[in-house]
Amino acid sequence: MIPSAFDYVKATTVDEAVAALVAAGEDAKVLGGGQSLLPVLRLRLNAPSTIVDISTVAEICTITDEGSSLLIGAGVTTDEVANNPLVKAHAPLLSMTADTVADRAIRHRGTFGGSCAHADPAGDLPTAAAALDCEFIIAGPGGRRTVSAADFFVDFFTTAVGADEVLVAVRVPKSDGWGAHYEKFNRTAQAWAIVGVAALVKVDGGVITDARVALTNMGPKPVRATSVEAALKGQPATADAIKAAAASAADGTKPTSDVHADAEFRSHLARVLTGRAVATAAGV
Amino acid sequence: MTDTLNETMGAIGRPLRRKEDARLVTGNTNWTDNIQLPGTLHMAFLRSSIAHAKITRIDTSAAKAAEGVVHVYTGADFPGQPGSTCVWPVTDDIVMSHYPVICEDEVKYVGDVVAVVIATEKYLATDALDLIDVDYEVLPAIVDMEAALAEGSPLVHSDKGTNRCYTAPVPFGGNYAEVKAKADVVVTRRFINQRLIPTTMEPRAVVAAPMGMADEITLWSATQVPHVLRVLLAMLTGVPENNLRVVAPDVGGGFGGKLQIYREEVLAVILARKLGRPIKWTETRSESILTMHHGRDQIQDIEIAATSDGQILGMSVNLLADMGAYLQIITPGTPLLGMFMYSGIYKMEALDFTCTGVYTNKTPTDAYRGAGRPEATFAVERIVDELAAELGMDPMELRMKNWIKHEEFPYTTVEGLTYDTGNYEAATARALELFGMDELRAEQAVRRATGDTVQLGIGISTFTEMCGLAPSRTLGALKYVAGGWEHCTIRALPTGKIELVTGTSPHGQGHATAWSQIASDIIGVPVEDIEVIYGDTGRSPYGMDTYGSRSLAVGGQAIKVAGERLVEKARIIAAHQLEVSPDDIEFNAGTYSVKGDPEKATTIQAIAFAAFQAHNLPDGVEPTLSGEATVDPMDFSYPHGTHLAAMEVDTETGKVKLRKYVAVDDCGVQINPMIVEGQVHGGLAQGIAQAMYEGAEYDSNGNLLTASMGDYLIPSSADLPSFITDRTVTPSSTHPLGTKGIGEAGAIASTPAIVNGVVDAIRHLGVNNVLMPTSPQNVYRALQAANKGGAA
Repeated sequence: MIPSAFDYVKATTVDEAVAALVAAGEDAKVLGGGQSLLPVLRLRLNAPSTIVDISTVAEICTITDEGSSLLIGAGVTTDEVANNPLVKAHAPLLSMTADTVADRAIRHRGTFGGSCAHADPAGDLPTAAAALDCEFIIAGPGGRRTVSAADFFVDFFTTAVGADEVLVAVRVPKSDGWGAHYEKFNRTAQAWAIVGVAALVKVDGGVITDARVALTNMGPKPVRATSVEAALKGQPATADAIKAAAASAADGTKPTSDVHADAEFRSHLARVLTGRAVATAAGV
Repeated sequence: MTDTLNETMGAIGRPLRRKEDARLVTGNTNWTDNIQLPGTLHMAFLRSSIAHAKITRIDTSAAKAAEGVVHVYTGADFPGQPGSTCVWPVTDDIVMSHYPVICEDEVKYVGDVVAVVIATEKYLATDALDLIDVDYEVLPAIVDMEAALAEGSPLVHSDKGTNRCYTAPVPFGGNYAEVKAKADVVVTRRFINQRLIPTTMEPRAVVAAPMGMADEITLWSATQVPHVLRVLLAMLTGVPENNLRVVAPDVGGGFGGKLQIYREEVLAVILARKLGRPIKWTETRSESILTMHHGRDQIQDIEIAATSDGQILGMSVNLLADMGAYLQIITPGTPLLGMFMYSGIYKMEALDFTCTGVYTNKTPTDAYRGAGRPEATFAVERIVDELAAELGMDPMELRMKNWIKHEEFPYTTVEGLTYDTGNYEAATARALELFGMDELRAEQAVRRATGDTVQLGIGISTFTEMCGLAPSRTLGALKYVAGGWEHCTIRALPTGKIELVTGTSPHGQGHATAWSQIASDIIGVPVEDIEVIYGDTGRSPYGMDTYGSRSLAVGGQAIKVAGERLVEKARIIAAHQLEVSPDDIEFNAGTYSVKGDPEKATTIQAIAFAAFQAHNLPDGVEPTLSGEATVDPMDFSYPHGTHLAAMEVDTETGKVKLRKYVAVDDCGVQINPMIVEGQVHGGLAQGIAQAMYEGAEYDSNGNLLTASMGDYLIPSSADLPSFITDRTVTPSSTHPLGTKGIGEAGAIASTPAIVNGVVDAIRHLGVNNVLMPTSPQNVYRALQAANKGGAA
């Protein structure tokens, strides 16, 4: 690892972190688990002047039951999200998605908040957050603000978090009573998703009463497949009906082409995998 | 694995735990990067980001002024200095290339070296790279081999007038045109043996330093070939060979990628001498992916001719082999290492072989695990499956009909090699027993009948290969510059401990253990009393190193002869001490005793001390006890085996899953079955990786698209099933220990087994080929093409 030289600030509170970012200016970067930032530094894709380390800020490393939602600190590791009983009970989509991320070593280092703040279009956790309609609590020099998932993810590697702000926590609405599934399609166990589909489905008396579907890597940021969601509502929870609804999964998406899949193949995969994710979530 | 074998057996054949592992797995290792010498300067390389361009201007002044920078060198500082060399000019009219140590006026691939910074810290050296200002005039990049050969193509080496490096038509036996004319069936396929990137756990690393006596330079390098490297460095740098010592300390994998002389090694030696200080460089993973030589990269046009009842008559093989931008150590010879293997295990009357090497603006290619034989085995095992499909025959039945029967050995193939021993029937019978072929075929039929989304295919590979390149005169006839011998010295120390000096140079293979086992049986001392010394031209002066599954096949013979010579010398001393004739001495398990009077005895350890004291030696016997041998084998060795793969293909997504893999290998006598098992597992993973996961991709401008491990996919244990392995044992008749090679067999055999299985799963849908790697997209494309009425 041969990164450029940088200044290092270890913050012990969120306020300290914000102050350090304000002091450092535009070029500063926040270090959480390091699983996204360190490769960037190592490859010299970015050369921040200051690294503000928030990995041991106690406030952001806890999971709190708020009644109708869970508040997951930005510093909670992916492994904790995958295995925490509260998350497994009330946001199983998130825990099962976390369990597909990279490998065990990375899950023990990397964080839920870091993955969201990094906003790689191939990241799995942002997709689950989009499907779950999570809210993001961001701290800055002017205090704290809350941003919806729809507004949080802006573009490739770009979120609503400003240069002088820190993502503090993610509020995850409980999805008790919803069926959930994350269908990740990749070539090796540790590889990024070529396409991923997060599905939440509510079934009542054999009829799909509500559905939320979000896609990974089908555009610069997580995409909600709203036409599929609309098409599913009121349909019988059958394989054929789900497959028919999933046919519009790629509509309006802007997938990239790379060595693993071109845009056309990605669109095909999105349709097939949406059908599978929804069917699994619906217990079909 | 526990040692539950018969107490009376020797060390050979025991699955002993590897001596070297406790040290390796606890991190008590001596990697090149761990070497810290006072006053070390660090190298960092400015590499071209353009595949083909003229360098019109370089300004290094800002870099030279940067903190910690001692010097910045460009090509102008080393005019005409080669950075690598090719020792295998395969034809008389081959077009050779000059590989500059630093490019002088033109860069020829992304990663080519433009400048080197020498600084007091590696971070500062790397920082200074950004301060070097280079102007390029971009030239057309030659990426595609067929386009490179077309009339009017831009040239990689404009002074050569052609991108054709060589064309080697080889006059093997028979007349293919005649057998084709009388054939009932002719099947033609184009296979793409894609470009692969050798990926070692330890990247390349060098330290070069003035050491010891005046003018001596020691180079530590993460290399497979310290001996070969020393000779070539002496030739290329002008440092006298007697002043050069090359050490390969612990080396973390090679797979052929470290069978090379690299410009970074050449520069380290030159600069250590020039600056009089230690020079160090450890590559980053990105550099490794871009500039360690690549492997494979062939277009294979294969034709097979047969009778309607399935008698194979002959084959035609026409290869295009991508050399990359320059020739390195055996770049042009690598595809030809496979030329003897295109008939595989099958009897046929005729084989036509032609290979054309082509220059392109890509990383040079060279040996990668199997080097030529995986390509050949892939081609023959794939085309035999295609022939079976064309004939409507079971692919195993077709193989059985055509392979060399066990009673027909020794058998001289259409290529003119004589396979000494083999038993394809036995290996296949055992593999079928372990696989459960009938149940899998029944399941396959059900899945086809019901139109299941997931289809099942059976892949077969009944392979052989040749390893242990030798004898030397054969290599000479092939225009290879070096020989194929190996050396061993076994020294009995005064205290009865043994030093075994070998010219092989392991980088993960377990020689310390296996060589001890061989020597233990021959000289009768415990395995733990034997220290194996290797990888250092200062301590092990003679050797040809480790590659091509040669270490046991060739080096093992030297151990045997050296051990026997030691035992014979000790016998003479023992006879003298016991006051009998040497003919009256029996030697068994380290003890010399008088025939008929077993109480009169001495041990080899006692003889070692007596030889050290030299107080009472027979006349004419020199003090000290050792045996030495340099052995040039009689022939190659020919391991073989039968591999079977059950492949699931998701016809909606194109995703391929390896469900079951059976490998029954025959490598003759096994010195340590646990090490054999390890070699088989690792080889399988690498061969399966080619079939399913790995593949270097370039864009039309010559940019490597798979330049990180995020895009160049190496499978892990999570992606592979638990392999089912076994061995049959058919000892070699040309190798004194009965051994064959096993280092590459898994990588050679498994690739076609996987692809045959994938094609078999979807052949009924109209598919007769799938590009490697059999990625979801490649499978999906093959299915789409079949849907549209044309096979891929």
